[in-house]
Amino acid sequence: MNLIITNAKIVHPRPLGAAHTKPELGTIYVVDGAFATCEGALAAGLVTADGTPREGTAVVDATGLYALPGLIDAHTHLRDPGQEYKETIATGTRAAARGGFTSVLCMPNTKPVIDNAAVVRYVIDKARREAAVNVFPIGAVTKGQKGVEIAEIGLMQEAGAVAVSDDGVPVSTAAMLQRALLYAADFGIPVIDHCEDLSLAAGGVMNEGLNSTVMGVQGIPSAAEDIIVARDIELAGYLGLSIHLAHISTAGAVAMIRQAKARGIQVTCETCPHYFTLTDDHCLGFNTLARVNPPLRRPEDVAAIIEGLVDGTIDMIATDHAPHHDDEKDIEFAHALNGMTGLETAWQLAWTRLVLPGYLEIGDLARLMSRAPSERFGLGRGGFEPGRPADLILVDPEREVTVDRFKMLSRSHNSPYHGMTLQSDVVRTYVGGREVYRG
Amino acid sequence: MSRDEGLRRKDLLGIQQLDVDEIYAILNTARNMKQVMESGNKRTAYLAGKSVVTLFFENSTRTRASFDFAAKYLGASSGALSNSGSATAKGESLLDTAITIDHMATDFLILRHQVSGSPHYLAPRVQASVINAGDGCNEHPTQALLDLYTMRDKLGRLDGLRVAIIGDISHSRVARSNLWALQKLGCDVRFAGPGTMMPRFIEQTGATRCRSVEEAADGADVVMGLRIQLERQTAGLFPSVPEYVRYYSITEEVLAHAAPHALIMHPGPTNHGVEMETSIVEHERSVIHEQVTNGVAVRMAVLYLLNLYRNRRQRGVLSA
Repeated sequence: MNLIITNAKIVHPRPLGAAHTKPELGTIYVVDGAFATCEGALAAGLVTADGTPREGTAVVDATGLYALPGLIDAHTHLRDPGQEYKETIATGTRAAARGGFTSVLCMPNTKPVIDNAAVVRYVIDKARREAAVNVFPIGAVTKGQKGVEIAEIGLMQEAGAVAVSDDGVPVSTAAMLQRALLYAADFGIPVIDHCEDLSLAAGGVMNEGLNSTVMGVQGIPSAAEDIIVARDIELAGYLGLSIHLAHISTAGAVAMIRQAKARGIQVTCETCPHYFTLTDDHCLGFNTLARVNPPLRRPEDVAAIIEGLVDGTIDMIATDHAPHHDDEKDIEFAHALNGMTGLETAWQLAWTRLVLPGYLEIGDLARLMSRAPSERFGLGRGGFEPGRPADLILVDPEREVTVDRFKMLSRSHNSPYHGMTLQSDVVRTYVGGREVYRG
Repeated sequence: MSRDEGLRRKDLLGIQQLDVDEIYAILNTARNMKQVMESGNKRTAYLAGKSVVTLFFENSTRTRASFDFAAKYLGASSGALSNSGSATAKGESLLDTAITIDHMATDFLILRHQVSGSPHYLAPRVQASVINAGDGCNEHPTQALLDLYTMRDKLGRLDGLRVAIIGDISHSRVARSNLWALQKLGCDVRFAGPGTMMPRFIEQTGATRCRSVEEAADGADVVMGLRIQLERQTAGLFPSVPEYVRYYSITEEVLAHAAPHALIMHPGPTNHGVEMETSIVEHERSVIHEQVTNGVAVRMAVLYLLNLYRNRRQRGVLSA
């Protein structure tokens, strides 16, 4: 697949703490599905000696658009196998492409659980046949995610798993997590934990606070997250091994992770657009679309999450795209399932909530949403360096989007952003130089 | 009654949704309804030709009977469904059940359900008026309204009252509905109960959280006990019934801290000897039995006023 993109404002991931840079106008060359230099394009016969594209070469004029490395979502639920009524690899990856994601890491809490090499291969084979973007499976830490026996992590990695996680629940005990970290370390496969003390969170349906009190529903204290974050940090520090913490939502967790990094502990983490956009006020009126785990928190938590993104405490933005059927959401509040779709709104929210107010610049989003997950999970993507797979997106910063949850490419409609007007949108998505979305 | 006076809504979901003038409209109407109850002939025709269905997913004696009598005294035909005898026992969803009843030309659907927000979920999806008869730990608006009625009837006013509410606040919809109602009417609400059953953020509502029953009762015009579900003990929320009684029971000593005229209230059913001794239930200042009577009058008033709203909307006086 060969392609030339001209007149794009090229956005390179801005390393944390690096000088501010302005995206520069330039030309992007894609040869055989990988980024190439101008010389490479010449050698491959895409351009003439003076740099003019030859007849027959696909050329895209990206005037007025930003070009970024394709976004990478470290936390997607594709629901396949077993819950194809919520999402399939085909629909989930089309939603991803629409949202600017060229790679997704899919969580193993499917039915059956992705806890052995056969299921990993099922996902990879199915993705090869029907996915619009790259799919990298995450295997379970423990068999059936039951927290009792360690899963076949080596065999899963050999089959293509890029990380392990019991997401949906925390790794059951400190002892089990210790075993997982020690065992996974020799394979060099990252361990991801979902931080929630289940004994404190039991029965809770939203953040514990004034709103849960007013609504008369059981709350989930922020301490439920903080306690497991503390456990995981101390264990990683004690063992001298690395850990990745999923969907961080509390001010307390951000503070502890900041401190842990200062202590030299190898902890990385992600947050999600809803944790820098929404608060538990969105649950008022028993709005089941606002039910998610971890729950939407307070404005001070939102402020801490943004601060963590700005100072690098939080390494990446993931979606935790969690599609659910209408029958699982259009129901009494306490019976509704947790989770919200996120692939198709993450970019717009990051731009509107983080770049427009001046917290971050576009190069930071390229790091947080592409480079960082690529590096953390060893994907070899996340940049325009020659030889890397030509996964990229074109973004129109001026385009406005009014979210319509019923007009999304995901099979499910559970977006809490329905009716919100957001700024900036993805207009083209390319995977390996092949166009997979045009908006 | 002028057109502005009354209720401006199809459903009664909670006290939170009501304006102060609507609360007073219900209390004033209830006074007339109580006169009906006290007259020799309790049968009126205000709701003749209307149907009222109680849909109860939790056990209840007084609330269900109270609504049932209220409907009958107003001349409505009434029916009852509960989870054990209905299709919900076969797995039918709440919404499907409610829509089925709704299509039997039901005018009023009175719902008690264990999930907070259930009536709020149903109300926009059915044509019947939904009355919340208790949803989870959220609200029990007619209980608060009958409590207000009783307080005003006995004390002659509501504004400025100091009300102590004692017991399991976390799981109490009665506590919440009373809190919202009393705050709207300018009362001072003081809570006491075991720390394990006290919402951690309760003071952000404007209520006072007291560390002892005596402190809560101090100078109170009303001392209200809440039913403690004894299974909370096995759930580990308090160590034993004797210890609960020792520290949280409403006794003569507790009442000595309250105003001399203080009323003793309880939504019922009472665990005798736990929330209070039988002697306190039957105390000269106890209005617990009158609360039950007033409950029927208040529920008649709610049905009457919601029916007026429905009639006005049907006649096109109001836009739907």
